[in-house]
Amino acid sequence: MSARGWLLSDAPTSRWQARAGRAYAGWLALSRNRLAMVGLAIVGGLVVVAALAPWLAPYPPDLTDLGARLRPPSAAHWLGTDEMGRDILSRLLHGARLTLWIVAVVAVTAAPAGLVIGTVAGQAGGWLDTVLMRLTDVFLAFPKLILALAFVAALGPGIENAVLAIALTSWPPYARVARAEALTLRHADYIAAARLYGASPARIVLGHVVPMCLPSVVVRVSLDMAGMILAAAGLGFLGLGAQPPMPEWGAMVSTGRRFILEQWWVAAMPGLAIFTVSLGFNLLGDGLRDVLDPRGR
Amino acid sequence: MTRSSRLAGWLLSLALTALGLMLVTFLIGRVMPIDPVLAAVGDRAGADVYERVRVELGLDQPLWRQFLTYVGQVARGDLGHSTLTARPVLEDIARVFPATLELATCAMLIGTALGIPAGVLAATHGGRWPDHVVRLVGLAGYSVPIFWLGLMALLLFYARLDWAPGPGRVSAHFEGVVEPVTGLILIDALLAGETEVFRDALAHLALPAMVLGLFSMAYVSRMTRGLMLEQLGQDHIVTARAKGLSEARVVWRHALGNVAVPLVTVVALSWANLLEGSVLTETVFAWPGLGLYLTNSLLGADMNAVLGGTLVVGAIFVGLNLLSDLLYRLLDPRAAG
Repeated sequence: MSARGWLLSDAPTSRWQARAGRAYAGWLALSRNRLAMVGLAIVGGLVVVAALAPWLAPYPPDLTDLGARLRPPSAAHWLGTDEMGRDILSRLLHGARLTLWIVAVVAVTAAPAGLVIGTVAGQAGGWLDTVLMRLTDVFLAFPKLILALAFVAALGPGIENAVLAIALTSWPPYARVARAEALTLRHADYIAAARLYGASPARIVLGHVVPMCLPSVVVRVSLDMAGMILAAAGLGFLGLGAQPPMPEWGAMVSTGRRFILEQWWVAAMPGLAIFTVSLGFNLLGDGLRDVLDPRGR
Repeated sequence: MTRSSRLAGWLLSLALTALGLMLVTFLIGRVMPIDPVLAAVGDRAGADVYERVRVELGLDQPLWRQFLTYVGQVARGDLGHSTLTARPVLEDIARVFPATLELATCAMLIGTALGIPAGVLAATHGGRWPDHVVRLVGLAGYSVPIFWLGLMALLLFYARLDWAPGPGRVSAHFEGVVEPVTGLILIDALLAGETEVFRDALAHLALPAMVLGLFSMAYVSRMTRGLMLEQLGQDHIVTARAKGLSEARVVWRHALGNVAVPLVTVVALSWANLLEGSVLTETVFAWPGLGLYLTNSLLGADMNAVLGGTLVVGAIFVGLNLLSDLLYRLLDPRAAG
């Protein structure tokens, strides 16, 4: 039997075969979507660049050369140099690490938090549900960026605090999505069966409810990733996120703003990088939504 | 449920949301690293002075008492004094808010005027090139860092092409010519009959409003497309076509007419979201609104102004969400119940 036949078999003989088959069918659906593939290529490119930055970059990111300040793009410096004579391309490549790190940290903290809060609220019901959802609503009542600004104001500027602030403002939608999903399962027979077997509430939530809510939350997170990048870049631009010597793209745009009229490339290049990566995440997120959640079209 | 008990439940949930908003800003104010007593007395004061001011500021009280005091102050409209401008925060906000309102409203108008036709066009040409163009422009609007787009727009249209005036609300020589009545400079200029100021202000508004409007257009066109696609598959559309109505009438009257109600809520929500986008846009265009006020206060460590501004923005956001909810109930007979 071919690998393809094994994967797409109508009668999988093991759990593992069924899972692999589902994943493969999902991949086939995703790969038919051309825009999603462009998005995947951009995101994949970001990961490769972040991993190989020191080898890909033609110069060290903080190598200053005051004799070559604010040079336009040329053969020696493909994207030009900034006000300290640093190579912009090298800084962008190293900045990819920061961008990826920010998205990863926010996603792995905010998504599980929202997932647990939402599933517990939906499964428990009663006063716990009311309290948790009221809390979620309060966080949703602020525009995200404004709340993140206030958190950063309290915590002090810096990239760690910016990430923390973005994570603190990102979980409420996931809690909402997870709760809606958990509510539909509340009176499901298989949950009642698990309870009859004596499963603890924690086991029911983690083992039986969370896996069912996972796909919708994953879709939401992948659609939000571009927003996280934009929020982090926005905070960096305002001078509240990553601080200047760091090659963070938003902070680089902010520095370039001073030279915008004469040396446009200093601000234009990092902004273009933010735009490209955020577009990539949005294209991929759109495609994933169509595959994982056909109702959301 | 009776009407009055529904109203009571609605008011209760509104009150709880308001309390929650205040709790968040209160707690943020508590965890901040700035010691409010030290800020008031300076670091040369002795221990007895420090203790006296601490009591005066109510900081010796338990946290829940402090919170009640804070709620009382907010309810009286007292958000404290700004350390940067030395004026009450609420007064500052009232002064700068009209500029944000003017910008966000114009952006919303642009976004709606372009977004709805674009969404309709995409839905009627599903899967063909107009659909792809609208989807791509929408995705670009979602993905572009708005501060960078603003900078590039200034570079191109102001510095290179000289089509647009520079940052700010009016040119320097028109500054203060019009007495603020509503605070919305376009309306104030018209009221005063200053057509030149009006034209100058409109020219200044155009670029930031278009940059912000792209963001709103992305959202409105995507929502319109989704709603229209759903409508166009309905039986009544088939009936309308079978009756021999022109395609334009079917699309614009029968389908769009049916999604008008949800679209109103979409537009109201996009207006609320523009408050957020305006923080970054105002910084780029030196637009003297709430967003610029907030960022300046942040950079100046002016906590009263930051927390007051955050609370006001939260309240406006809640208000606009309520408004969209209310409009939906008023306009849709099925929701009135």
